[in-house]
Amino acid sequence: MTLTRFVTKNAFRNKRRTVLTVLSIGVSLLLLTFMMTVWRSFYIDQGTVQAAQRLIVRHKVSLVFNLPGFYREKIRAIPGVTHVVNEQWFGGLYKDDKPENFFAQFGTDPQELLSVYPEARIPAEQVEAWQHDRAGAIVDSELVKKYKWKIGDRLNIKGTIFPLNLELTIRGIFTAPTPTQTIYFNKTYLDEGYAQVKGSEGVFAVLVDTPEDVPRVAKAIDEEFRNAPRPTKSESERAFQLGFIQMLGNVKAFILSICLAVVFAILLVSANTMAMSIRERTREVALLKTLGFTRRKILGLFVGEAVSLAVLGGVLGTLAAFVLVGGMARQGGFLTGMRVTPPTMLVALLVAALVGFVSAFLPSYHASRVNIVDGLRHIG
Amino acid sequence: MAIPLSYNVRNLRLRKGLTVMTALGIALTVATAVFIMALLAGLNRAFGATGDSLNVLVLRKGSTSELAAGGVQRDALQVIKDLPGVAKNNHGEPLVSGEDILVIVLPRKDGTGEVNVTTRFLTPLGIEMRPKVHLIAGRWFTPGQREVVVSKSISQRFAKTNIGDQMRIGNGDWNVVGIFDANGTAHESEIWGDINQLATDFERTVYSSVLLRATDPVSADALKNRANDDQRLELNGMLEPDYYASQTKSGAPIKFVGIIVAIIMAVGSSFAAMNTMYAAVAYRGREIATLRVIGFSRPSILTSFVLESLLLSLLGAIGGIVLMLPFNGMTTGTSNQVTFSEVVFSLRMTPAVVVTAITFAVAMGLLGGLAPAWHAARQDILAALRG
Repeated sequence: MTLTRFVTKNAFRNKRRTVLTVLSIGVSLLLLTFMMTVWRSFYIDQGTVQAAQRLIVRHKVSLVFNLPGFYREKIRAIPGVTHVVNEQWFGGLYKDDKPENFFAQFGTDPQELLSVYPEARIPAEQVEAWQHDRAGAIVDSELVKKYKWKIGDRLNIKGTIFPLNLELTIRGIFTAPTPTQTIYFNKTYLDEGYAQVKGSEGVFAVLVDTPEDVPRVAKAIDEEFRNAPRPTKSESERAFQLGFIQMLGNVKAFILSICLAVVFAILLVSANTMAMSIRERTREVALLKTLGFTRRKILGLFVGEAVSLAVLGGVLGTLAAFVLVGGMARQGGFLTGMRVTPPTMLVALLVAALVGFVSAFLPSYHASRVNIVDGLRHIG
Repeated sequence: MAIPLSYNVRNLRLRKGLTVMTALGIALTVATAVFIMALLAGLNRAFGATGDSLNVLVLRKGSTSELAAGGVQRDALQVIKDLPGVAKNNHGEPLVSGEDILVIVLPRKDGTGEVNVTTRFLTPLGIEMRPKVHLIAGRWFTPGQREVVVSKSISQRFAKTNIGDQMRIGNGDWNVVGIFDANGTAHESEIWGDINQLATDFERTVYSSVLLRATDPVSADALKNRANDDQRLELNGMLEPDYYASQTKSGAPIKFVGIIVAIIMAVGSSFAAMNTMYAAVAYRGREIATLRVIGFSRPSILTSFVLESLLLSLLGAIGGIVLMLPFNGMTTGTSNQVTFSEVVFSLRMTPAVVVTAITFAVAMGLLGGLAPAWHAARQDILAALRG
């Protein structure tokens, strides 16, 4: 019998306890992986190469103020800028006002939008069809899957911010590297239905020639409009999105405290199990010692058992998280585009192993120090 | 015959380490649940307590938020003032307030970034129509001056918002001249200033909303319908409390994440409790058999062990609630999904939150205790006695 086999045998000798412990650690690690995935996509993920090359220009004071449309050509004239496109948030309702039926709608310029977002894949003839239809729209392929749309379908979007409803026709379907849950329509349509918005834009998306140039161009744009009646704030696409997350409140502290609570909870569960199972085996430990097992070896046996249980729970938990997040990301909402990555899973497993190690160390240390005679006499 | 509860209490005390660790695990889960529920309770209070049922809020047709583009035309305000059923104050002025909302960016005091803050521009009449809001320091703004009054929470959370400070709104610097207390309502997240000064500064020609007070509840309903039905005015009227209640959906992301987290943690804790209870049953095999021999019935053994598990989880519930007590009343902020700006609210551990937390813990105890207790009650007496 090898030592590994000895450890496995011991780990499963009380099957019910083992299963309960592994499940308990598993669900906790599912939660931990889930929270880490949210954290990663909020604060670590840098997005696509193109995203690092893009800037968003908005009104300095607030996103609710628009910028004059003529800023577009002024931005284009700044060295380093390759493409600029206008984007006007519409914020309308599709079907009903349920949050799960909400997706972003932007009024834009069909001639230039896809030059600013080269990573979006869409057949050229669909783009052309969209450019020729003032009431046309292109839609994210994820939304197409969700609502079973097809090209030529009509979309009625009820305006809430603007006093008009959009009646759009789907002219194209695009696929982005990370799903966006967005539709784009022709801003001219909005201008014609609601004249007050003509000549004003929500934000401008700017594609810069290299990622290194982004900070310089952002500064140059803000400098250009510093003394204008409507000054601008330019920031990388990433920073712009982070702004929305910051608005939710102190998300970092929220996630961190939950992660901490979870890790501590697994530690308790694991320590509890190990303490129970080691106490039961006091007599066996003494027996092992009489057979010549050293203290260190006994310590290793118990710690190994705890670590393998924790890691087993970890594997189950991270796999469950992978499936869960995958499923929820397809439903839309704020998990859109999130994915449990191998590094996240690895970190979760490391946490599990560490917790297993720490939880077993104290009880096994005590067990390994048991006096042989006392141990053999022990009734448990 | 029932086994006395003291038997269970003594058993829990005997295995102190195990009891404390399991209860602590449950306590952590309960604490997390309490935290999330207290957040939601605070948010609900901020929106739920806002608005007077006699007040009618009028927006542009099709709009659901005071921040939407386009608004109520100035001449529509005159029409509204003359509608029947509009209350008048002591000086005989109709209680109708044309208001405008702007969002400005303020840096947080703790340096965690800049946030959008709602700024409401109104006339002294508008202040009079919100009796829940009262001044606690300084004075109200003088009409015709670039002066603002900020809420207590805003002045606590944001830099440069004390009396004597200046904030930039548009192209002008506005002086902070007073601080008001909004009694936990949504106005707690606002800054108030003079509308006429704003109209001059920004060349605004429309109001983003009009608030009017009705003489009685029947007139309030009639005025609401009147505003909705008038083809010429193209307005959308609603009772003020309804408008704010609809904004509680800002808590949806917190609620969504909160429920997932609480459920997953509860499942984990139930498994842990089950483990502990199984161990308790296993240790006491001979004891249980003895009890049976003495004459305690199977149901009373079952009840006894379920009770022990419940005691364990109650211990956890108390631990969790005590753990969260220091956070009660702490103010925090999230973004209002309707106005895209900060809502300031306090964590509130209401009796409902505490009761739900205890129920939650009891559910975990039941879930964790039932199977082991069943196992204990079904044990074969002879085999157990032989041990």
